Amino acid sequence: MENLLNIFIKSIFVENMVFAFFLGMCSFLAVSKSVKTAMGLGIAVVFVLVITVPLNFMVEKYLLKKGALIWLGEGFADVDLSFLTFMIFIAFIAAMVQLVEMIVEKFTPALYNSLGIFLPLIAVNCAILGASLFMQEREYENVLEAGVFGLGSGIGWLLAIVGIAAIREKLKYSNVPDPLKGLGITFILTGLMAIAFMGFMGITL
Amino acid sequence: MSNQEKEPILSAKNLKLLTEPLGRNNPITVQVLGICSALAVTVKLKPALVMALSVMIVTGFSNLIIASLRKFIPDRIRIIVQLVVIATMVILVDQFLKAYVFDVSKQLSVFVGLIITNCIIMGRLEAFAMANKPWPSFLDGIGNGAGYGLILVIVAFFRELLGSGTIFGYPVLERLGIYGTGYENNGMTILPPMALIIVGLIIWVQRSRDKSLVEKK
Repeated sequence: MENLLNIFIKSIFVENMVFAFFLGMCSFLAVSKSVKTAMGLGIAVVFVLVITVPLNFMVEKYLLKKGALIWLGEGFADVDLSFLTFMIFIAFIAAMVQLVEMIVEKFTPALYNSLGIFLPLIAVNCAILGASLFMQEREYENVLEAGVFGLGSGIGWLLAIVGIAAIREKLKYSNVPDPLKGLGITFILTGLMAIAFMGFMGITL
Repeated sequence: MSNQEKEPILSAKNLKLLTEPLGRNNPITVQVLGICSALAVTVKLKPALVMALSVMIVTGFSNLIIASLRKFIPDRIRIIVQLVVIATMVILVDQFLKAYVFDVSKQLSVFVGLIITNCIIMGRLEAFAMANKPWPSFLDGIGNGAGYGLILVIVAFFRELLGSGTIFGYPVLERLGIYGTGYENNGMTILPPMALIIVGLIIWVQRSRDKSLVEKK
């Protein structure tokens, strides 16, 4: 239990997807002009991460790792499909995003309408594939740990994008030098936020 | 169409495809594409250079492949086809790096895999390769990869010089005797936030030199 809490806190603050690894920066910069849309995209990312990370964990464990196919019979003990990781992961993510989109559309049309175009775009958000690849690299022990990591990373990303969106809304009233306007100042702001987040570094529970 | 076929291989128009993304139409500072992986690999020059070359190869060749196939790809499943082509290229690059420069491959960790979701590649495929001939598309891909690489190398140069006092691992500052004057390495530049701030500053410099890039609002 403590272990799970540790992974959770760590993935939100210490190893924040945006501030520590710069993942999902493209949509982070493009969709952070208003808090409302930022919130919508953030929730969609949390949603997809919670599903895809544990799913890819299972795929890795029972399909891709060396000797993972042993459940098919003794003859498969030596099969190592790990070179296919990228392709399988991205295929599963694309499929899951499609599925999530259909489910959300069917059961909660209101949420579906508010997410709009963001839901399909998540398939190419690097935070999603990044989380799966980190999950693989860090060798979590079971599905639960992987799931908690997915949830934490998602919430961390949500926190980051809502934070920057709020700052950018206020920024409209500030006098920024012309060449810095828009993209430039957003980069510097993100840098300053990242410095603040570094205050969490080294926390272990 | 016929006059286009007679065009020399490196005509002015084609050359422009190659050079525009280096400056005015840079993928990172102007098109805002591919930032995700751009920043994490810039602590040292060597991984940054390897990453830049990998991205250049993947954009160039996936542009080439998609442009050659563009008439056969059904519109509705084009994203999946594009992803498969990109993923194949990335797997090739990844296996190559693992075989020949294993230490760099370890440093780059997940970021090689993340080239797949690098928006530069998808963006160029959608915007250029789907509507153009293979050769210009190939040049466009290489050009954009190079523009991306240029920013990567600039950022990495400053981070490595100010943070570790070295260039490609060679202790420049120590040899110049700068430490004798009481200068110390700025550890801050090695940390992630500095990469963002350096890119912000590059954008500032570029836009104050080229006013047409300034965002209205």
